[in-house]
Amino acid sequence: MDKKPSPELENPRPEVKAEHNEVIRVLNLYQTADKIYTRRLEGFYRSVRRWAWMPMLAGYFLIPWLSIDGRQAVWFDLAERNFYIFSITLWPQDLPFLAALLIISAFALFTITNLLGRVWCGFSCPQTVWTGIFIAIEDWFEGDRNKRIKLDAQPWSIDKFSRKAAVQFFWILFSFITGLTFVGYFNPIRELVPDLFHLAISAAALFWTLLFTALTWANAGFMREQICLYVCPYARFQSVMFDSDTLIVSYNQDRGEQRGARKRDAIRRDAIKSHENSQELGLGDCVDCTLCVQVCPTGIDIRDGLQYECISCGLCIDACNAVMEKMHYPPGLIDFTTENTLKNGTAFRWLRPRLVAYSTVLALLCGLFIYQLSVRIPLEVDIVRDRTQLYRTTPEGQVENSYLLKINNMDQQDHRYKISVQTVGEIAEQQFIYRGQSEVEVAEGEVIEMLVRLEIPQQMILRSNTEVEFLVTSTTTPTLTNSEISRFLAPVKAVNRD
Amino acid sequence: MSNFWSLWITVITFIVIFGSLWLLIANRNTEVKGDLEEGEIPKTGHVYDGIEEYENPLPAWWFWMFIGSAVFALVYLLLYPGLGNYKGLLNWTQEKQLQEQVEIANQTLNKQYSAYAATAIADLAADPSALRMGRRIFNNNCSVCHGIGGTGANGFPNLSDSDWQYGGTPEQIVQSITLGRQAIMPAWGAVLGEQGIIDVSDYIMSLGGRDFDSQRAARGAGHYQTFCVACHAADGAGMQALGAPNLADNIWLYNQADTSLVENVRHSIRNGRNGSMPSHGDKLRPEKIHLISAYVYSLSQTNQ
Repeated sequence: MDKKPSPELENPRPEVKAEHNEVIRVLNLYQTADKIYTRRLEGFYRSVRRWAWMPMLAGYFLIPWLSIDGRQAVWFDLAERNFYIFSITLWPQDLPFLAALLIISAFALFTITNLLGRVWCGFSCPQTVWTGIFIAIEDWFEGDRNKRIKLDAQPWSIDKFSRKAAVQFFWILFSFITGLTFVGYFNPIRELVPDLFHLAISAAALFWTLLFTALTWANAGFMREQICLYVCPYARFQSVMFDSDTLIVSYNQDRGEQRGARKRDAIRRDAIKSHENSQELGLGDCVDCTLCVQVCPTGIDIRDGLQYECISCGLCIDACNAVMEKMHYPPGLIDFTTENTLKNGTAFRWLRPRLVAYSTVLALLCGLFIYQLSVRIPLEVDIVRDRTQLYRTTPEGQVENSYLLKINNMDQQDHRYKISVQTVGEIAEQQFIYRGQSEVEVAEGEVIEMLVRLEIPQQMILRSNTEVEFLVTSTTTPTLTNSEISRFLAPVKAVNRD
Repeated sequence: MSNFWSLWITVITFIVIFGSLWLLIANRNTEVKGDLEEGEIPKTGHVYDGIEEYENPLPAWWFWMFIGSAVFALVYLLLYPGLGNYKGLLNWTQEKQLQEQVEIANQTLNKQYSAYAATAIADLAADPSALRMGRRIFNNNCSVCHGIGGTGANGFPNLSDSDWQYGGTPEQIVQSITLGRQAIMPAWGAVLGEQGIIDVSDYIMSLGGRDFDSQRAARGAGHYQTFCVACHAADGAGMQALGAPNLADNIWLYNQADTSLVENVRHSIRNGRNGSMPSHGDKLRPEKIHLISAYVYSLSQTNQ
């Protein structure tokens, strides 16, 4: 796992001669990494990657434009503290769902990592996807790897300037669309975009749009693999999720070494001749073309073994397989394979403790999450007993308690609720008279407060403290019901009679 | 903060910031003796308990981020208070920030209030959104004594019935809240004597339609017409200008539940009562009182 610096990347270091003719090398402990110029090569994993991220990217850009009943279908309304996710409205009190979702995501990541290695990084991480798009823009205006290296080495000219300007223009444009879409998840995008063109966008929305534009631009344009190497924690703790049966991008050292270049005419011969040729030279299958290094988005040499920089994108596999084909060698010198397969030739093992444990936990959590979401009642009832008085006696000789009843309609439609009261525990030995509205209309997403009172004639009081349950039920959907328990306090001693 | 501690903090802050900067810049490079041999992995020459450090330079942008945060800290300390007693160039204080925020909040509230303040209380009492606001202000300020629904308590009048001690017109309600009210029921114990008190209480029970002893009540009527009539009127209807309650409507302001009603009445006569409604004109802005009044007025309109 340790990084062995490849000779290519080493910077020349200043050397000074000491008094005793001893060489002293001065090392700079902070160094700007060399820009990585990736070579574009088509292949199987590149197309897999494209099919993996394209739907996700389309989802990211299009989801905010969906609407249900005239409201944005996915809308995180921070001002009103409501998250609308299609047919579900989540309230601040639903925060456990968010926590559960994060835990599920973490376990899904563990499971996938244990099974397939860091495929998230290579095939779907936004960092990889956006970097890929930015490189494609570069490629479009500046040409492939060699042309880009040459262009950067050139002095400034009108041609270089116009190419660089075009790249910057499209980078910023794409960043801006990204930022605007992101803000569109929090501010309705169908108002945000017209507001932008009418210059009526709110200062806060503009600030966040520009901030995310700037961050996207800096991230995908310049930071790129630096984020994966130095910022993202995933690379650093991947080793705890790996085992010997995890699929990793690996170079078959036994087959590849001794690496080395060979005569070109050998290439044109058939498979057997090609193989014979390399055997004569005492060489393995690696022709040391360094294409695997040139296509790598993090600039590593996969032949040095598994490294934390490797994002498992498989582009080196594509590059190597293309070369193997030309050489009439079998493909798979670099391949998605496991340590066990590579060393011992054993088949892929599904039943291993870690994978079973991860997937069991994941399945349990998913089941629990879906169950909880399906039994969630979008109705909250809160009862606040009058905090200042235990009870009140009315001129008619009744004892009365006051309550503030709060009904929160968390559903996506208006409801009419029926309110009833019952004593908890023993069968209604004390009959309370309910004073207040018995039915109430609450609009979607509204909280209403209403004053209700319970009364009981003094002679019927049996206990000083009775638990009472306030039951709120939708008149149209009887399953939409919730209740809250409070207390009725009364003087037990029969008093206040003339 | 005394000058010593102010200086102490300033000096320590600068030592930490410049010390970190020095540490960072002075250790930017390291020297390694000896040439790199063929195939040797480059090391920094740092050895800790025999553990050697490979040469894996950190990215330069980390270095500049460190420098940037030190520069940020210095600029921040120049602009804002942080170095002992130094006030900062922006003269920022918590109090000022609070005032500004209160100012902004008031502007928002003023917009809401001004619409309601221009409407008559009787009309507001039919406006659900005004009543919702009024109820919240009532519950925050008035419910301590009058209960969350304004139903009152022993010694605190019920605001949700149609019986008013000081009058129930919108203007009278506003006045009660703004200026407060002070009731003065004198103590008659010394004047009436214990038997006199009992007699008067029976007469009052008869006015309120409760059970009473007719002999005692007849005697009590005489006392009543002498001493009580000036405020509570001949028929017991009371006088709102003085805050003398109606004694004939079977609504009792002082009715502690652990003694009987007649005992409560005797206590009132014997010792007098000095019910006090504090003034809120200095605590609540007029727009709020306007809204509370609308809410209280609406209570008496709906709960006839």
